[in-house]
Amino acid sequence: MRGMRDPIFMAAGICLVLLMVLPLGTMLLDLLQLGLPHLGLDFLLEAPRDAGRAGGVAPLLVSTGWILLVCMAAAVPVGLGCAVFLSEWLSPGSAASRWIGLSLDILSGVPSIVFGLFGYQVFAITLGMGFSILSGGLALACMVLPLLVRTSQQALAAVDVRYRDAGRALALTKTGMLGRVVLPSAAPGLAAAVVLATGRALGETAVLLFTAGYVMRMPDAVTDSGRALSVHIYDLAANVTGGLERASATALLLLALILLTTLGLHYSARVWQKRMLALGG
Amino acid sequence: MTDRVVRLLSGLMAICAAAVLLLIMAEMARAAWPALTRVPVSEWLLSAHWSPSGGDFGLASMLAASLLTSAGALLIAGPAGVVLGAWMHLAAPGWLRGGLRTLQGLMAGIPSVVYGLWGLITLVPLVNTVAPPGAVMLTAILVLALMILPLSVLVTDAALSQIPDQALQSARALALSRWGSFRSVLWPRARAAIVSGIVLQFGRALGETMAVLMVAGNVIRWPDSLTAPVRTITANIALEMGYASGLHLEVLYLSGLLLLVAVALMMGLIQRGAGNL
Amino acid sequence: MRGFLTAASFAALLLLAGCSGGNETKLVITGSSTIAPVMADIASDFESANPGIQVNVQSGGSSRGIADVERGTADIGMASRDLREEESHLNQHTFARDGITMIVHADNPLDSLDTETVRRLYLGEIDSWAAMTDYDEPVSVVHKSEGRATLAVFLAFMELDNDSVRPDLVVGENQQAIQSVAGNPGAIGYVSIGAAEHEAGRGVSIKPVALDGVSPDPEAVASGEFPLTRNLNLVTDGEVGEAAQQFLDYVGSQASDERIRDHFFIPVNDAAS
Repeated sequence: MRGMRDPIFMAAGICLVLLMVLPLGTMLLDLLQLGLPHLGLDFLLEAPRDAGRAGGVAPLLVSTGWILLVCMAAAVPVGLGCAVFLSEWLSPGSAASRWIGLSLDILSGVPSIVFGLFGYQVFAITLGMGFSILSGGLALACMVLPLLVRTSQQALAAVDVRYRDAGRALALTKTGMLGRVVLPSAAPGLAAAVVLATGRALGETAVLLFTAGYVMRMPDAVTDSGRALSVHIYDLAANVTGGLERASATALLLLALILLTTLGLHYSARVWQKRMLALGG
Repeated sequence: MTDRVVRLLSGLMAICAAAVLLLIMAEMARAAWPALTRVPVSEWLLSAHWSPSGGDFGLASMLAASLLTSAGALLIAGPAGVVLGAWMHLAAPGWLRGGLRTLQGLMAGIPSVVYGLWGLITLVPLVNTVAPPGAVMLTAILVLALMILPLSVLVTDAALSQIPDQALQSARALALSRWGSFRSVLWPRARAAIVSGIVLQFGRALGETMAVLMVAGNVIRWPDSLTAPVRTITANIALEMGYASGLHLEVLYLSGLLLLVAVALMMGLIQRGAGNL
Repeated sequence: MRGFLTAASFAALLLLAGCSGGNETKLVITGSSTIAPVMADIASDFESANPGIQVNVQSGGSSRGIADVERGTADIGMASRDLREEESHLNQHTFARDGITMIVHADNPLDSLDTETVRRLYLGEIDSWAAMTDYDEPVSVVHKSEGRATLAVFLAFMELDNDSVRPDLVVGENQQAIQSVAGNPGAIGYVSIGAAEHEAGRGVSIKPVALDGVSPDPEAVASGEFPLTRNLNLVTDGEVGEAAQQFLDYVGSQASDERIRDHFFIPVNDAAS
C-alpha cells in the first residue's frame, strides 16, 4: 500500500475513528465516574434498598442467572439439534435447508419488543406462567435461537474434513461420528455459540419487561417474578430520582459480566477440546 | 438404529426452530385480529390522532417517528460505516485495524439499555443546551447512529475481505489512490453485500426500543422537527403495555404485528437480493 | 470432561432448586406510582408482623393496577383516583387522601401560580418564564402519559382535555416527572404532594408552588382548603383470599397511619370528612 497518496481519505478515516471512539470513551468515563464509587463487594452481596437508590444487586444477580439458565436450557437443545440436523442430514442447497434458514434469518431481525409481546401473550397469559423467570427465560430463548443455530452450524461446518474422513474409514455410524469426532472438535465453536447467545441475552431488556417483571426480591423459584440487571438499569435511570449512580454501577457490572462470559467460555472450551482429542475421544 | 433416533430428534428440533417464527406471526395476528376488524385501516395507518381513552387509534405519527429516526440514524451511520470500513481495510496500519475490529465487536455487544443510559446522562443534557428539553428526535437519531455504526463497519470490512487480492493488485497496477481503488474496483464488487448489511441495520434501528424510550421524549406528535420530542412505535408499546386492555391492547399488538411484517419483508428482500431465494 | 460435568450438574441443581417453589403465600399489588412507595413500606411492616406472607408491590400506573385486578394478574390494585362507572363492579378501599401540586425547578423564582396560568402553560400559550417573572428560561411542560390517575385528576380540575395539551415531555411515574423537572431549569410538571414533599426533602431540585394562593401542605389537603385533591384507593375484584383480606385490614387500620403520614399523605382515619 505504500506509495498510494490519499491525504483526504486518510484524514477522513482518522476523523471517523475519532467520531466512533470519542462517544464510547465519554460513555465509559461517565459510567465510571458515576458508578465506580458504588461498585464494591457489598454491591454484589447486598439487596437493593430504597427502590434501588441504596444497597446492592444480589437478588438481581440470582434472577439474571436463573433467567439465563432457563433460556439456555430451552435454546441449546433446540438450537444444537437444529444445527446438527442442518449440517449432517440436509444438503446445503436443499429446499428444506433454505426455508429453515430463511425462517431463522427473519427471526433474528424481529424486534425485541415483539418478543416481549409474544412472550407475554403465550407464556405469561396463555400458558399461565404469569410474570416469572420462566416466562422471561423462554421468551429470551426464542430470541437467541437464530444466533445459536447459525453459529453452531458454522462450528460444525468448520470441522476438518480429515476428521470426518477418518471417522468414515473407521466405519463409524453417523451418531458415532457425531459423538466421537464432530462434536468434540466443534466444541470450541459450539461454546462460542453459547457465549455469543449468553452475551446477547444478558443485555436484553425489552423482552423481559412484560415477562420476567420488575420484582427486586430474591426469587424462591423460577415461577417467581425476578428483575434482571438490564431491567434494573432501565428502572433506575428512568423511574427513580437519584438512581443514576446505581444505574451506572449496574451498567458497569453488566458490561463486565458480558466481557467475562466471552473470555471465560472461550478458555474453558479450548481446554475441553484439548482433553477430548488427547484422550482419543 | 441410533442413527434414526438421532436423526428424528434433531429433525424435530429443526422443525421447532423453524416454527418459532410462524408461531410468533400467528400469535401476533391472532391477538391483533379484533383490532383489524374494528378499526379501519384508514384510521390506524393514516390518522395521527392517538387517544385510546377517546377511542382514537391513529398510529401514523408514531410510525413516522420510527421511520424517520431510523432513517436519520442510517443516513449518519451508513456512509460513515462504509467509509470507515474501507479505510480500515485499505489504509489503516495492521495494529490499528485489529484493534478497531476488536473495539467494534465489543461495541456491538453493549446492551441498548446502556446506550440509553449514556444518552440520558450525557447526550440529553448536551442537546438540552441547544434544543430544550433535550430528549428530542435528534438525540434518538444520534444514539441509534452510534449503535448501528460498529456493525456497519464490520459488515463493510467483511464484504471487502471476501474480494480476492487480485482485484486490489490490479488497482495498484493502475496506480489508483486508496480511495480510488475502493471506489472503482472494490465497491462495485462489494456493493451488494454491503448494502444488504446496511439495510439490516435499518431493520435493527426500527426495532430498537430501550434506547429511544429513554431519550426521545415520548410525546405523541407528528415528527416535524429534529428538536421536538417524538414517540416511536416500539416506545409506545413499552409505555402502554402495562395498563392497556381491550381494544387498546389489541391495537398495540397490531402495531407490533406491523413492525414484524415490515422487518420480515425487509429481510426477505435482502435474502432475495443475495440470491438465496 | 469432569470439569464440564461438574459445571453442568451444578447448573442443573441450581435450576432444580429454583423449581422447588416457596412455601409462602404471595400477594401481588400493582398500580399507581403515587401509592407504590408508601405501600411498599406498609408491606414490609406487614411482612414482619406476618411471616409466611410475601407482598410484592410494583408500580405501573393506576390503570395498570385496575387492569391487573380485572384480569387476575394482581391480587390488589392501587389507584390514585376513584373508580369510574364502568369500573364499578370492582371494590374500592380508600385509605388516604393526597393532593396534586405543580412543581417547578428549584431555581425558578415563582412561588405561586393560579389555575388560569397553569391552563395557558399547558395549552402551550406561554413560551418563556420571562413573561411572568425574572427568569429567562424557555418553558418546558412535563405531562403524564395516559393511564395515569394523576393525569386524569389534573385534567379534570384544569378543565383541559388531553388533546389540547402541548407537552414538551411525557413521563410515566411521579418519580420520572420529578426527575425531569429537577433536570431542566425551565420545566414545570405536576405530581402527588406526597411524592413532591418526599423528594424535596431529599434535596432534589424541585419546588412545589402554591395553587391559587393555597400552599400545597398536607394540612391544607386534610382541611380541604387545597383545591386539587383525590382519594388514594386499593382496588379488589369480588372475593379476596385470606392473606389479601388480612392486608386490606392492616392498611385500613391505624397500624399503617404513621407510614402514611411519613409519606405526606393524610390517613383516611385522620381526614376531616
